[in-house]
Amino acid sequence: MSANTVNIVVVGNGMVGHHFVEQITNHGKTDDSVHYNVTVLSAEPRLAYDRVHLSEYFSGKTADDLALTTPEQYSALGVDFHLDAAVVDIDKQAKSVKTKSGQTFAYDKLIMATGSYPFVPPIEGNDQPHCLVYRTIEDLEDISASSKVSKTGVVVGGGLLGLEAANALREAGLETHVVEFAPQLMAVQVDTGGGRLLRDKIESLGVQVHTQKATQRIEAGETSRYRMCFADGDFLETDMILFSAGIRPQDTLARQYDLNIGERGGIIVNNHCLTSDPDIYAIGECALWNNFIFGLVAPGYTMARAAASHITGGDVEFLGADMSTKLKLMGVEVGSIGDAHARIPGAQTYIYENQPDGVYKKIVVNREQSVLLGAVLVGDTSDYDTLLQYALNGIDLPEHPESLILPASGDAPAGLGADALPDTATICSCHNVSKGDIIAAFDGGACDLSAVKSCTKASTGCGGCSALLKTVVDSELGKRGVEVKKDICEHFAYSRQELYHMVKVGKIKSFDALVEKHGHGLGCEICKPAVGSIMASVWNDFVLEKPHVALQDTNDTYLGNMQKNGTYSVVPRIAGGEITPDKLIVLGQVAKKYNLYTKVTGGQRIDLFGARVEQLPPIWEALIAAGFETGHAYAKSLRTVKSCVGSTWCRYGVQDSVGQAIDLENRYKGLRAPHKIKFGVSGCTRECAEAQSKDIGIIATENGWNLYVCGNGGMKPRHGDLFATDLDDATLVKYIDRVLMFYVATADRLQRTSVWMDNLEGGLAYLQDVVINDSLGLGEELERQMQHIADTYQCEWKTAIESEESRKRFRQFVNSDESDKQIVFVQEREQIRPATESELDELKRSAKSAEQIIDVELV
Amino acid sequence: MSTVKNWTDICNLGDLVDNSGVCALVNGEQVAIFKIKQRDETYYYAISNWDPIGKANVLYRGLIGSVADKTVVISPLFKQRYCLASGECLDDEQRQVNVFGVRVEGNKVQLALAS
Repeated sequence: MSANTVNIVVVGNGMVGHHFVEQITNHGKTDDSVHYNVTVLSAEPRLAYDRVHLSEYFSGKTADDLALTTPEQYSALGVDFHLDAAVVDIDKQAKSVKTKSGQTFAYDKLIMATGSYPFVPPIEGNDQPHCLVYRTIEDLEDISASSKVSKTGVVVGGGLLGLEAANALREAGLETHVVEFAPQLMAVQVDTGGGRLLRDKIESLGVQVHTQKATQRIEAGETSRYRMCFADGDFLETDMILFSAGIRPQDTLARQYDLNIGERGGIIVNNHCLTSDPDIYAIGECALWNNFIFGLVAPGYTMARAAASHITGGDVEFLGADMSTKLKLMGVEVGSIGDAHARIPGAQTYIYENQPDGVYKKIVVNREQSVLLGAVLVGDTSDYDTLLQYALNGIDLPEHPESLILPASGDAPAGLGADALPDTATICSCHNVSKGDIIAAFDGGACDLSAVKSCTKASTGCGGCSALLKTVVDSELGKRGVEVKKDICEHFAYSRQELYHMVKVGKIKSFDALVEKHGHGLGCEICKPAVGSIMASVWNDFVLEKPHVALQDTNDTYLGNMQKNGTYSVVPRIAGGEITPDKLIVLGQVAKKYNLYTKVTGGQRIDLFGARVEQLPPIWEALIAAGFETGHAYAKSLRTVKSCVGSTWCRYGVQDSVGQAIDLENRYKGLRAPHKIKFGVSGCTRECAEAQSKDIGIIATENGWNLYVCGNGGMKPRHGDLFATDLDDATLVKYIDRVLMFYVATADRLQRTSVWMDNLEGGLAYLQDVVINDSLGLGEELERQMQHIADTYQCEWKTAIESEESRKRFRQFVNSDESDKQIVFVQEREQIRPATESELDELKRSAKSAEQIIDVELV
Repeated sequence: MSTVKNWTDICNLGDLVDNSGVCALVNGEQVAIFKIKQRDETYYYAISNWDPIGKANVLYRGLIGSVADKTVVISPLFKQRYCLASGECLDDEQRQVNVFGVRVEGNKVQLALAS
């Protein structure tokens, strides 16, 4: 440790306080001349979590999912932290703080990141048990508990947070009302016209909106728990009331210790976020800068950086922040930029309203119509990124500014190219990454999107800038002349997609013919299985047909996954995870007879491990006789369709998810693809089947099925994108046919659907256009190809065991019936497992032959 | 080691699979035998079946390929490539698998065993 130690105490561990901790500990990694000893005191019972996405707690996220850090991570950073440790006392002379439990902590620098508290209007009767607020995870637990014993819920406040809270109540199944004092919803961000459309949309979702209502009293109700009495004599009965009428800075502590406080609250800070005390800083929603409280996370982060910079001798200052926002409320897109209300003198406006489609757009420009001052977008925020860049960077507007919001005529996109942005343009406001920073990342050696993301953190906050980031990265790659080589391997100078077309168009049916015509050599572990998969996708021949055998990787040849000791796993299909007791018994009997290790997998089926190559045919014979078929666990093809139990049994289910899962699994089983494919089907919005982490995810709605595509679990988790909503069964299958067949035809080798879509020019919107609008005119052809594959499906194991020729492959020795004596198992938890190397050595040393040991161990 | 070659019948030609491998048990040792058809020629190779990196008897189940002009088998476990003619591992200079003489006499596949 260095001689210079600075004790920093951070009061509050919200998102901003946490960001400060990250900043200061990061600084310590690059500069060890000073040691920053960081102590975090949190009033809440848990460390920092994502309050921006708090409402997702109701759609199934847990407190752990929302967490921004863990005790382990803080410990690893050397941060001393205390939970349930509200600070009750500051001693400015002794420079120490005291928590409610009486512990004191000395500081050199004190950071106030106490945040805000929900404002509860002074209404008579507002302190009753089911009158709640919406701020912390504990609040959400209270709301959740209350909603279980309530039928109706009212949110007081029609602002951004109020509408989010209303959505939470709606999702909890309550009859939901919003009561707003002002004449419109979201009065801060949206103008009258946008507010009107927003109200229509929200009411059409079943939430009743009451504007210009001042609540005077909450008394006992007649039909519900409470009655809210309004100033105009009206009343509304409800079982629960949720106050979301704005926030107030949590400045009580600062007031007691006479830091300068604003007239309407908030700890006054300067550009360094320093308060009136030279050793105390305030950041986030408790801080008042230029007489303004910033209630968004991005400005809070900037404040955290400014304070950390001032302490460490840097020059980052807080100079105000852009309060533009883009969000989705109950599926309604809303965006607000800059001077949304055209209050700047001389401001001119352009308005586009499309009532049938529910779209409202307004831009505010200066008198000369040269600079964009603000914008309001309701119903469609696809122009938000472009407009924000115009506004933030003062980019010259086109001759007809209205062209920015009018529907594009023809195919010219109105988007602003990455080249038009100055280097100072902010791309990611959460982490303050400019276009210049991204160029610097390239100069520093980053060479793709993920490298840029990991070194700049761009797009890792709210994620709102991801499309813009990709445009900038792609443009920069193009400028640097980076050409991505698509050759699949040394034997073919083509991509998988090109090979696919050659096979299909040239009607090529064997690897030899393909290599003769378009490649050279004998192939390799890359091109051969790829071509095998293409042949299977295009022609759907049995994979063990002679011309294809030599193409398959061992897993495909032996129709099982090879394990570390050369044995195979046996994985029968259990469609949708549904299995009869009789079949379960058969699995047990087979496993017992051949002494296989059994495990239930994440894909809702049962794997049997440890089968020797020569045991595979008799094992499958027994399984097929009992009605099983291959599960394709060895192949790049459809694996499982995971399902929850659905409306048949579940109290909450709205559709038969198991039935749907079985139908889908049976339709797509055997489809060979560039990589494995997984499905999930959930019977309601609770999403117990985790469908959004699958390539194809289906979630039941009251009206049908919502389709999500291109999700991924595994190494790089990614939530699927909502592709289409409320589909009937036939349309669902049609869309999946088209999406999958398009993927099979166009993806690169070993490219999962998520990466494939991210690499499609135009991404999700393009895929929707191809599949839903049939923009390429390929729809029917794709369906026809899928139908051919479904029609020609065969269980590969059934075909294999029926053919003497195929069975011959499953021999350990061509000249002996012995089995491989070097495969040795030992027992663990009453099942077999491969012996480890040291166990094998041990066995050898004990001078018994392996055979004797097997006998001893296994009998 | 004796230089005299002792050719021993192992199996019938029909037991081999084009462009793929089978395994024979010869005096307790496992030998992988490959039949490779390239253009109009047919080549036969035999190497030890033991994968020295994966530590299992699996080489005969590997995929056949070529690296420049070398014909290789690719281990099904961890994908190292072994030259069928020389036994050298192209991905790890330290490794080498045994190579055996192999020929076809009439309908019989024969291996050369040290006598």
